[in-house]
Amino acid sequence: MKHSFSKSLLAISLLVAGFVWLQGCKPKGTQSAVSGDAAAKAYVAPGKYDEFYNFVSGGFSGQMSVYGLPSGRLFRVIPVFSVDPEKGWGYSEETKPMLNTSHGFVPWDDLHHIALSVTKSEHDGRWAFGNANNTPRIARIDLKTFRTAEIIEIPNSAGNHSSPFITENSEYVVAGTRFSVPIGNKLDVPINTYKENFKGTVSFIGVDKTSGEMNVAFQILTPGINFDLARAGKGKSAGWFFFSCYNSEKANTLLEVNASQKDKDFIMAVNWKKAEEYAKAGKGVKKAVRYAHNKYDDNTHSATSTIMNEVLVLDPKDCPDMIYFMPCPKSPHGCDTDPTGEYIVGSGKLAAVIPVFSFTKIQDAIAKKNYDGEYDGIPVLKYEAVLHGEVSKPGLGPLHTEFDGNGNAYTSFFVSSEIVKWSVKDLKVLDRVPTYYSIGHLSVPGGPTKKPWGKYVIAYNKITKDRYLPTGPELTQSAQLYDISGDKMKLILDFPTIGEPHYAEAIPAEMIMKNSRKIFKLEENKHPYIAMGEGKTKVERKGNEVHVYMTAIRSHITPDNIEGVKLGETVYFHVTNLEQDWDVPHGFAVKGISNAELLIMPGETQTLKWTPEKAGVYPMYCTDFCSALHQEMQGYIRISPAGSNVPLLFSTGTNLPAVTAPAATEKPATK
Amino acid sequence: MNNKLSVTSRILVAFASGALIAAFFLPVWRIDLFAPQYPEGLMMNIWINGLSGDVEIINGLNHYIGMKHISVDMFPEFKFLPYVVGFFMLLGMLVAVTGNRKFLLFYLILTAIGGALAMYDFYQWGYDYGHNLDPSAAIQVPGLSYQPPLFGHKRLLNFDAYSFPDVGGWVVIGAAVLAFGVWFAEWYHQRKKNKK
Repeated sequence: MKHSFSKSLLAISLLVAGFVWLQGCKPKGTQSAVSGDAAAKAYVAPGKYDEFYNFVSGGFSGQMSVYGLPSGRLFRVIPVFSVDPEKGWGYSEETKPMLNTSHGFVPWDDLHHIALSVTKSEHDGRWAFGNANNTPRIARIDLKTFRTAEIIEIPNSAGNHSSPFITENSEYVVAGTRFSVPIGNKLDVPINTYKENFKGTVSFIGVDKTSGEMNVAFQILTPGINFDLARAGKGKSAGWFFFSCYNSEKANTLLEVNASQKDKDFIMAVNWKKAEEYAKAGKGVKKAVRYAHNKYDDNTHSATSTIMNEVLVLDPKDCPDMIYFMPCPKSPHGCDTDPTGEYIVGSGKLAAVIPVFSFTKIQDAIAKKNYDGEYDGIPVLKYEAVLHGEVSKPGLGPLHTEFDGNGNAYTSFFVSSEIVKWSVKDLKVLDRVPTYYSIGHLSVPGGPTKKPWGKYVIAYNKITKDRYLPTGPELTQSAQLYDISGDKMKLILDFPTIGEPHYAEAIPAEMIMKNSRKIFKLEENKHPYIAMGEGKTKVERKGNEVHVYMTAIRSHITPDNIEGVKLGETVYFHVTNLEQDWDVPHGFAVKGISNAELLIMPGETQTLKWTPEKAGVYPMYCTDFCSALHQEMQGYIRISPAGSNVPLLFSTGTNLPAVTAPAATEKPATK
Repeated sequence: MNNKLSVTSRILVAFASGALIAAFFLPVWRIDLFAPQYPEGLMMNIWINGLSGDVEIINGLNHYIGMKHISVDMFPEFKFLPYVVGFFMLLGMLVAVTGNRKFLLFYLILTAIGGALAMYDFYQWGYDYGHNLDPSAAIQVPGLSYQPPLFGHKRLLNFDAYSFPDVGGWVVIGAAVLAFGVWFAEWYHQRKKNKK
C-alpha cells in the first residue's frame, strides 16, 4: 500500500516536472531580442535633430507621415488623398479642388507607396510621390512645404497599386493597374467575360524637370492581368522598367484560389525609352477618357482642378520590342532592382525561393529570341535564360527587397515574420531577424537608389498584438528600426505609425531641412480675395454671397464685429494671415459651421464657406494658440433674418454704433 | 615747429576718411533680441539712411507693451546723416591734402563731438521708445520701462537685448581710431624731435 503510494507520488512528480519543462519550451518574450546598447543608438537628445527623415505611407488613412530616424519621433502628417479638419485641408475653398476626380469629390484613398524624386538614380530631395490604390491617382508632395502640390487621376486604371515608382532622373512615375477592367467604349459587360473584355494598362506619368508638374504621357495596353509592384532599372538598365504581375490565370472570382493555380506568373519588362520613342513617333492612339488634374499654387494659395479628355495609348501589337514577360514563381509581389541595376529580385508571395534575374541575361535572351512562347502575343523569355540564380530556403512569404551599399539585400517575409539579409552576388543567406509581427514593406535609407545610405533597415508591420499597451480591438500598426551597420542586424526601436504603413523611404535630413519653407511672403500673395493689410479689410455683398476680406495678426482679427448678413446668404471668410514670422499660424472657426477650421500660415489666405441657418450672433475666434493674448483673438458676426434692413457694417476696435432705428429682428416675424 | 603732417600720416588719414564710405553700404548698428520663443533671434540693422531686418516682427511684438511702431520716416536723422558722413569724408580728405596738423586736430575734435552727439541721439530715441508707452497697451507692468541698451546687453521682459555696432559701424570706429592714432604718432615724434 505504502509502496504504491510512493510510486504514484513519483509518477505525479514526474508529470509536473514534465509540464514545467514543456512550458519552458514556449517562445520567450520578445524583449530578449533587444541588445544592451539599443536605447543609446535610437536616442536623439532633446533639441537635437534626427539623422534622417522617414516618409511613411499611411495606407487606408490616405495620408503620408513624416518621422525622424533613428528616434522614431513623428513630425508631421500630410493629408494627401484625405481631408484633414485640423488643417482645413479639403474643407477650405482653396483645397477642395485637390480631391476632385472624374467621379467628383473623393476625400479618401489608400496610399501605399512612396517614391522620392531622384537625379541619376540618387535622392535629390525635391518631391515625394504617393499613389491612390482605390480611385487611381498619383500625388506629388512638395518637400519645401510638406504639402500636396498636385494630384493627377489615372484613366483606364482601376486600383493604382503598381505605383508611383520612378525612373532614374524622375522623367516618369508609373501607374500599373491592379485590377484589369473593361477599357474603351463598351464598359457595361458581364463580369465573366473577363478573358475577352478586360485589359490592363501601365501608365507613364511625365514629371516636369523644374516644376515637377505631372502629365499622363502615355499608357501601354496589356493583357488582362493584375499589376502589383514595379521598379525602374538603374545605370545600364535605366531605360527599362519592371512590373510584377499576378493572375496570369485571368480569374475574375475567388482569386485566392483561382489566381494561384499556375506555377509561374510574370515580371513584365518594359523598354520605356523605346515606348517613349513610339509615343513620339505617333504609334499611339488617342483615346477619349475623363480624368482630373489638380494643382495647388503657392502664390494664389489655391488649387485648380481641370478635367482632361484624352490619353495616348500604345498597343504592344503596334510597338514591337517594347515589352517582354519573364516567368516568375507564384504570384510575384516585390520586384526590386539592386543599386547596380544588374539584378532584379522577384518575390513570389507563395514561392519557396527568391529568383534573381540578370539584366545582362535579359538583354542576351531578347537578342537571341530565347523565348518560351508568347502570352497574348507578347514574348515570354525563358526563365533559365534570364535567371542569375535563386536564393534557396530564404523563409516563408517573401514580399519586398531593399539594398545597402555593400552588395547585400534585405527581404521581408510576411508569413515567417522576419527580415533576411542575403548577398546579391552569391545568393547566400547571411542573417535573419524576427519582426513583430508580419512585416510588409521594409526600407533602407536610399535603398531603392543607386547610392543607398544604409545604416538602418526599418520594418513596417501589419500586426502588433502584444507589443504596445492595448487600445481596444483596433491596435496601432508599427515600424521597427534595425541597425545594419554590423554583420548582424540588431533591433533598436519600435515606434507606432499613422494608419497602415506600406512602403516608406528615408533620406538624410540635411537634404530636406535646408529647403524647408518658413513663411509665405505677403507681397507674393496673389489670392483674389487677399486683404493686403488691415486697411484693406472689407465686407462685400455680391448677390446672395457675402465676402469678408479678413486679416489675422497677433492678437486680433479684422473685422471682428460684422453685422448685416441675412439668412439665405452664403458667407465667405477670406482670412489672410498678416504675420511674416516663422511658426505663427492663425486658426479661424465660427460656431455651428458645418465645415472645419482654417489653419492659415504666415502670408497665406484661406477661405471658409458658411451658410448660416438661424438668425443670431455667432462667435468666431483664432484656434491656434498664437500669442499671450490668443484667448482675446475673437469676434462676432450677426446674422439677421432674410429681408431685415440691418446695414452691412464691419469694424475692429472702433465699435461702429448700432443703427438707432429699431432692428428688423425686433419686428414680429409673422406678417 | 613743423606744422606739416608726414606723407605716411596723410595717406593714412586719406585712407581713414575714405573708409567711411562703408557706412553707405553697410549697416552701422545692430540690435539683437533673443527670447525662449525666438531662439533664432530677431535682428534690427540700423543704417545711416534707414532700417532693415525683422523690424515688422519687432513692431508686432512691441504693440503688446505699447511701444511705438518703428518706421523709417519717423527719424529725420536718416535724411541728413548721409550728408554728415559725406561731410566728414570730405573734411578728412582736405586734412590729407593740406597736411595741416592743426586742421587734423580740429577734425578729430569734430569727430569726437559728432560721435558723442550720435550716441546721445541714439540714447534719446531709446529713452523715448522705452518710456513713452501707449496707456492702453495690453501688457502694463507698473514701474517698468523698455529702453533698449545703448551698448551691450539688457534684459527686457522675456527678451535678452544686445546692442552693438554692425560692420559699417566698426569700419567707422576703426577709421576714427586710425585718425586718432595718426595724430598721436605725429605728436609723439614731434615731442621726441623737440627734445633733441
